[in-house]
Amino acid sequence: MKIKLFLVLLLIFAFITALPVAAIGTGTGAGPTNYTYNYSFWGEEIAMPDAYYVAATINGNDFGIGNFLNPQGLYIRDNRIYVCDTDNNRIVLIEYHEAGDSYSLVRVVEYVMINQQQSALSRPHDIFENRNGDIYIADTENNRVLRLDRDFNYINSIFKPDDRSFDEGMDFLPLKLVVDHSNRIFIQARHINKGLMEYNIDGSFNGFMGASQVQVSLYDYFWKMISTAAQREQMELFVPTEYNNVALDHEGFVYTTLSTFSGNPFDADPVRRLNAVGTDILVRNGMFGDSSPAGDWYWSSLGGVDGPSHFADVVTFENDGYVCLDRKRGRLFAYDFQGNLLYVFGGRGNMDGRFVDPIALDRMGTSLFVLDARTSAITRFNHTEYGSFIDRAMNYYYEGRYDESAAMWDEVLKLNGNYDLAFIGKGRAALRNEQYYEAMKFYEAKYDRESYGKAFQLYRKEWIEANITTILVIIISLFVVTKGLGIFFKIRKNRKGGA
Amino acid sequence: MTALASLKRKETYIKLLNELRYALYCIFHPADGFWCISREKKASVASAHVLLALYAIIEVLRLTLTNFQFVRVNMEYFNALFAIGSIILPIALWSVANWAFTTLMNGKGKLSDVYIATVYAFTPVIICNAVGIVISQFITYDERELYFTMLTVATIWSIMLVLVAMMQIHDYTLLKAVASSFLAILGIGFMLFIFMLFFSLISDAVMYFISLINEIVFRLY
Repeated sequence: MKIKLFLVLLLIFAFITALPVAAIGTGTGAGPTNYTYNYSFWGEEIAMPDAYYVAATINGNDFGIGNFLNPQGLYIRDNRIYVCDTDNNRIVLIEYHEAGDSYSLVRVVEYVMINQQQSALSRPHDIFENRNGDIYIADTENNRVLRLDRDFNYINSIFKPDDRSFDEGMDFLPLKLVVDHSNRIFIQARHINKGLMEYNIDGSFNGFMGASQVQVSLYDYFWKMISTAAQREQMELFVPTEYNNVALDHEGFVYTTLSTFSGNPFDADPVRRLNAVGTDILVRNGMFGDSSPAGDWYWSSLGGVDGPSHFADVVTFENDGYVCLDRKRGRLFAYDFQGNLLYVFGGRGNMDGRFVDPIALDRMGTSLFVLDARTSAITRFNHTEYGSFIDRAMNYYYEGRYDESAAMWDEVLKLNGNYDLAFIGKGRAALRNEQYYEAMKFYEAKYDRESYGKAFQLYRKEWIEANITTILVIIISLFVVTKGLGIFFKIRKNRKGGA
Repeated sequence: MTALASLKRKETYIKLLNELRYALYCIFHPADGFWCISREKKASVASAHVLLALYAIIEVLRLTLTNFQFVRVNMEYFNALFAIGSIILPIALWSVANWAFTTLMNGKGKLSDVYIATVYAFTPVIICNAVGIVISQFITYDERELYFTMLTVATIWSIMLVLVAMMQIHDYTLLKAVASSFLAILGIGFMLFIFMLFFSLISDAVMYFISLINEIVFRLY
């Protein structure tokens, strides 16, 4: 009898343990291609489903033009992918065809014709295509920026500014550039820490723009004050930091990244959105305290990599979200329009979706393209279902379609019930629909105090307005009862005293 | 036996209630109030115990019941014993350290006087913490200054009460009270250091014997 019972139990146990194995076996075909994570309110790293998967890797060899050599620049407009094949001194233009999900080589540019003479490119670092089709190339070692039409015919050049604000002895080495909607050209050049160099369309120099503020702590200032001149010479100079990349968003604002800061990355604002006069207008309303977009919140020193994330590039979306590329650990940080971290993925390594030395980032639609300077390959990431739900929820909210946004967040929650921003997104939608109590519950679930406060304020107002009669009746009756009792006791006391 | 027997008498509780009510007198009339604590036995160690227990309970309630807009506690790792310890331990250490220093500095107060006066001086914090729990349910994040100002005022008030209490029970001038309090804080640090030294040495010693026993066990088997 006992043996029978034991066998039955054994059978049940075997069945139970076999279940999850079967579930994995019959699950989705594609396994995770990445480690995607986010941070919780408490600063804990929380794994989540992949938001992007590797859709393709593109090499120079794929088109029979030899591999790229130390490529530094990547630019995408519509379906045209421009690669600055820096050490091969050429620009490669690739087109993507959606029909066959294929890529084809359009042209390789090694020189431009200036006055019927060939003028070879020399280590170009960046390229930009304007809205009207004009192409701008940062021809770094030739100390110039070339302006070409859409067929690479020469229009004019931009050279070292003949201006007192630019040091005479310094070479003009343009590295990154963008052209905004009013045709102003912003160039980030090597060794320039006064900000971005601003040029007019005709090539005349306009001045510097958006220099970052010098931050001197009281402690540094004190030591500088009491040290001798010889000591001071040995010290680090208090100079504004140099930007390392520029990008343009859909409204024509310039985004910059910088990675040469010391100390706390959250105070350094490594990604900025500059307006026309160079003031940083990036929204930093991340709900997690003072978490300004700066990459990883915590870092360890593994494999010789230490310190905070170093942003090398940024790409923006139509819903004002943006993705930053961390060159140090090869990670991609996606942020929403408020500066909340959406997800982090990527990493260093020699497999698909990992990078050795990622240098440039751009997008085609919602697909991300990352250029790796060392492996000379472009990696294309496409949204997974989960990632596209997040993206669409953001889009709907941005367009003011709050109900659709909430429905999309529901889809996200089906795939990841742990996603803080989905709850907050649903809270936002509820708040807009004047369902204050529901909004409060969503916010409370994920500790969004400020939004909770707003919802609560409205709820409280509504509640008081609805119950004002009851409240007044209670207050008045309390007043009457206490007063009445007081009088009653007084009378009784007087009587007793009298008697 | 007498202590247990007194628990059954009604007068014990009336006395205790009166002693607790005296805390309210103390916080508004500190000079007079704390003078009478030691000289006229207006408060007892028992009432101080009760008040301290109340403080600890309200601290736990503050951390658990306050609206999440104003308190940042990760309930996953919350430990009520730590919260209680964070109230009782500093007051115990303070009483001992203060008593130890003031005895050397011609202080008139006994250890029990220091203890009673310190706990009584924290009455504003106890009251405001309790009120804060209630208020936090009705105010929004934008009105947080109301909540935090109240707690800050209560803390400052309590610290001043502690100083006045030290002046009164030890018969000190203000300067001497401040100096002795400062020394007492140093004393707390010193005591913690000795504790840690002691425990780490003891654990080392225990580990020595454990490894010795393990060694013998391994050899024998």
